[in-house]
Amino acid sequence: MPAIVSLRNVTKSYVRGKQRVEVLHGVDLDIEAGEFLALMGPSGSGKTTLLNLVAGLDQPTSGEIVVSGQRIDKLSRGALTDWRARHIGFIFQFYNLLPVLTAEANVEVPLLLTTLSRSQRRQRVQTALQLVGLADRGKHKPNELSGGQQQRVAIARAIVADPTLLVCDEPTGDLDRQNAEEIMNLLQALNRSQGKTIVMVTHDPRAAGFASHELHLDKGQLANTTAAT
Amino acid sequence: MKYAGLVWAGLWRKKARTILTMLSIIVAFLLFGLLQGVNHGFNEVVENLNVNRLYTSAKTNMVDGLPISYLGRIKAVPDVEHVSHWTYFGGYYREAKNAIPAFATDPEPLFAIYKEIKIKPEYLDAMKRTRTGALVSEQLAKQYGWKVGDRIPLGTSIWTTKEGSSTWYFDIVGTFDVSAYGVGFPSFYINYDYYDEAKAFGNGVVHYYLVSIADPRQATRVAKTIDTQFENSMNETRTQTESALAQANLKQIGDINFIVNAIVGAVLFTLLFLTANTMMQSVRERIPELAVLKTLGFSDGKVLGLVLAEAFILCILAALLGLLLAAMAFPSLRALVGDLPLPGSVIRLGVGIAALLALVSGLPPAVRAQRLNIVDALAGR
Repeated sequence: MPAIVSLRNVTKSYVRGKQRVEVLHGVDLDIEAGEFLALMGPSGSGKTTLLNLVAGLDQPTSGEIVVSGQRIDKLSRGALTDWRARHIGFIFQFYNLLPVLTAEANVEVPLLLTTLSRSQRRQRVQTALQLVGLADRGKHKPNELSGGQQQRVAIARAIVADPTLLVCDEPTGDLDRQNAEEIMNLLQALNRSQGKTIVMVTHDPRAAGFASHELHLDKGQLANTTAAT
Repeated sequence: MKYAGLVWAGLWRKKARTILTMLSIIVAFLLFGLLQGVNHGFNEVVENLNVNRLYTSAKTNMVDGLPISYLGRIKAVPDVEHVSHWTYFGGYYREAKNAIPAFATDPEPLFAIYKEIKIKPEYLDAMKRTRTGALVSEQLAKQYGWKVGDRIPLGTSIWTTKEGSSTWYFDIVGTFDVSAYGVGFPSFYINYDYYDEAKAFGNGVVHYYLVSIADPRQATRVAKTIDTQFENSMNETRTQTESALAQANLKQIGDINFIVNAIVGAVLFTLLFLTANTMMQSVRERIPELAVLKTLGFSDGKVLGLVLAEAFILCILAALLGLLLAAMAFPSLRALVGDLPLPGSVIRLGVGIAALLALVSGLPPAVRAQRLNIVDALAGR
């Protein structure tokens, strides 16, 4: 399978006060299309930084990042924003739904950036909500839904625009065991039946067990790769 | 339009705060509408006044009066068309609080000078035939329920009759429509000849001569000719155009423009801080949400636009409601400005100010939202 994400000698430094801190040190990584990758590692190992770079939320200090054939480390801020809208679906630890919007309206937000008509957007929203099993909760606001349901809405929002890549930052970090398992089953189903490429950061070995590969990051460097059983 | 739901939802994120801010804007623009409307009404009255009409009064003070013998000499001035006169009678109907703006005059030339006042010729004829006659405005007649043929008493604290009475009786012989002039225009006329003969003192004196001229460009020259005629006499005159006189009178109750603008300016300045604070607070609370929008692909410009749109909707919607209330309340101010609707120019100015308010109060938080760094905002830094 060809690599849909390719990182070459990527470094990332931050300036904190007067100190320059290098978080990633020359990372090389290839993620194949259709892969479900779990990025693991201790706090401060650079997992979220790596995820942000792959998702185009941040730019590397040096190195090369190619996603779906496009070099994104050289894109301007505006071009990177457009690129994210077309290629990336995000799932956050705390769901990050807009509290004033209904589930339907939350799922529709990424589609507002497309040229789809209102009826086409509605159709897509319904399909996405059906896929996550929440077709009957579309009119509810986030505070009327459980944590697991909110994360399902967030997943529906992430997949509604049919992105190239799903990036998940601790998607089960705020959920109890049962809900966490349901969410991971859903992500696995999206990967297996829809062929979605997923990159997930997690601390939870049980969540990582749903991925097809695990990568361990330690002190800004990739440690080893484990294939799923 | 597809972002309208997003903007509207953002606006109502904190309902209580949005409602309170809207109420402040509504009240401010209600005040703005009423005060500017009154101001506009005053200015319109002055602008509608005519430079074809001259007013001649005593140079010292209007109340000193001028001899009635000046009438013929003023009529003889070249370019003068008509001359009439006003003498203040004052008076009240039944109770002192029912003040009546009554004036003694020579009605026929008076209504020739004020062509805009509509009166039926038969009423003028009746006035000529009836020494104790009175012509009243339709508005005043309606206010007191008077009709033609009524005999009404007017009390006065100034003029007693030769019999020693301070109550005068007048027969209403006709009405006229004074709406072209608004409130404040004399609306009760009695015959000067009857009044002058019947009063106990101060005979042969008038307070103003009203002069109409054919060519307004001659106003200055005619005024000067009249005043020159009476120079160095016992009763020197001062002749002014109607608009100059009205402006001088308005100045006596203060510079209304300045007062209104100062009040409205202070209110809007305070409102600016209030609205800016609301918008800033609203954006500060939503930093993670705005960061999510940017993560999902909303550009810096779109995020700036969403925040600015909220400020515009908040300010313009509330301002329109305030101006609507002002338009509804404006008729109750007819005692000040007459039967005028809230002028369109005041509404347009109000909407313009609301747009400026939205821009000034919405731009700083909008720029902050625009410059938001996604990674820092999502990490809560």
